[in-house]
Amino acid sequence: MGPLVVNELISSSANFLMAFLIGIGFGFVLESSGFSSSRKLAGVFYGYDTVVLKVFFTAAITAMLGLLFFSLFGWIDLSLIYINPTYLPSAIAGGVIMGAGFIMGGFCPGTSVCAAAIGKIDALVFIGGIFIGVFAFGEGYPLWESFFKAGFLGFPRLNEVIGVSQGVLAFVIVLIAFGAFYVGEWAEQKFPQKEY
Amino acid sequence: MKKRNYINPYLGGVLLGLVLLMAYFVSGRGLGASGALKSVIITGVNTVTPEHAENTAYYKQYSQSHPEGPMKSWLVFEMLGVVVGAFVSGALAGRLKFKVEHSPKITSKRRLIFALGGGILFGFGSQLGRGCTSGSALSGMAVLSMGGIITMVAIFGTGFALAYFFRKNWI
Repeated sequence: MGPLVVNELISSSANFLMAFLIGIGFGFVLESSGFSSSRKLAGVFYGYDTVVLKVFFTAAITAMLGLLFFSLFGWIDLSLIYINPTYLPSAIAGGVIMGAGFIMGGFCPGTSVCAAAIGKIDALVFIGGIFIGVFAFGEGYPLWESFFKAGFLGFPRLNEVIGVSQGVLAFVIVLIAFGAFYVGEWAEQKFPQKEY
Repeated sequence: MKKRNYINPYLGGVLLGLVLLMAYFVSGRGLGASGALKSVIITGVNTVTPEHAENTAYYKQYSQSHPEGPMKSWLVFEMLGVVVGAFVSGALAGRLKFKVEHSPKITSKRRLIFALGGGILFGFGSQLGRGCTSGSALSGMAVLSMGGIITMVAIFGTGFALAYFFRKNWI
């Protein structure tokens, strides 16, 4: 049955409409969870507010388990969904640069758009920065093209690399997530911050 | 209007997970954000200097893989939805307000300078890492992608590693 678009059960125009509706859900949930506030987001790095950790990990394990169950029920063909490619050097370097951007700016791209939508001017400036960064990457592309394309490993799932089933890796990730929730709750007690 | 509180983070996480699951079920792909902003940049370059876009490898590659134009992309429609969804949530909760949010210990100017710098780094890093926190880290983790999980660890690991140096901005 799923994915509906890949199996041509809905048209590509309907796919764009669904993208818009899914986006509404995405934006609504992010904003209602507090992701429109940079001070809440940055809190995870200091322990005073770990909403990022809780929402992020809960969402990841919910979707991960949902996909595995959907596959088990025969509702979705997991071989047809998009798996992010793995380019080892650029995955690490890109992540490191984004991490630095996160702690400096207090947003990531999705959350900055949410925050700008409710009037945060710092988020608008952050989005301006993203435009500059993307433009700079495009303009200087020949300089880092070889690094960008280096170390291509295909589209592996982590469980294939370490040699376990998807279910076993998913179980381990759920355990890690619960451990992280425990640490998050502990940190919020330990490093309280007044109203912000 | 009276301000309403944020929802429980675990409930928010489950709801976000269901939205992400829906994206895979319907469209066979995860959520994203930086890709839509890239579409805006490419449209801008195409409009302002078409010859330059034609001669620059990165834009050319993108145009070849998106024959109907950069704005006719799943992520652009999705991000338009994000703006609507976030606005509605903010309106219902009484959070619509123009302001520069920052710690009382720093000035608005300092906050905006760091926001700009952080945005530049995030924009650049999202291109190098082939996706941001949404497209690479969150969606990648949901499908157990090795690259996505590595990028997720790198983003949050670096955030924690550098937190000490930027503490004045936040605590």
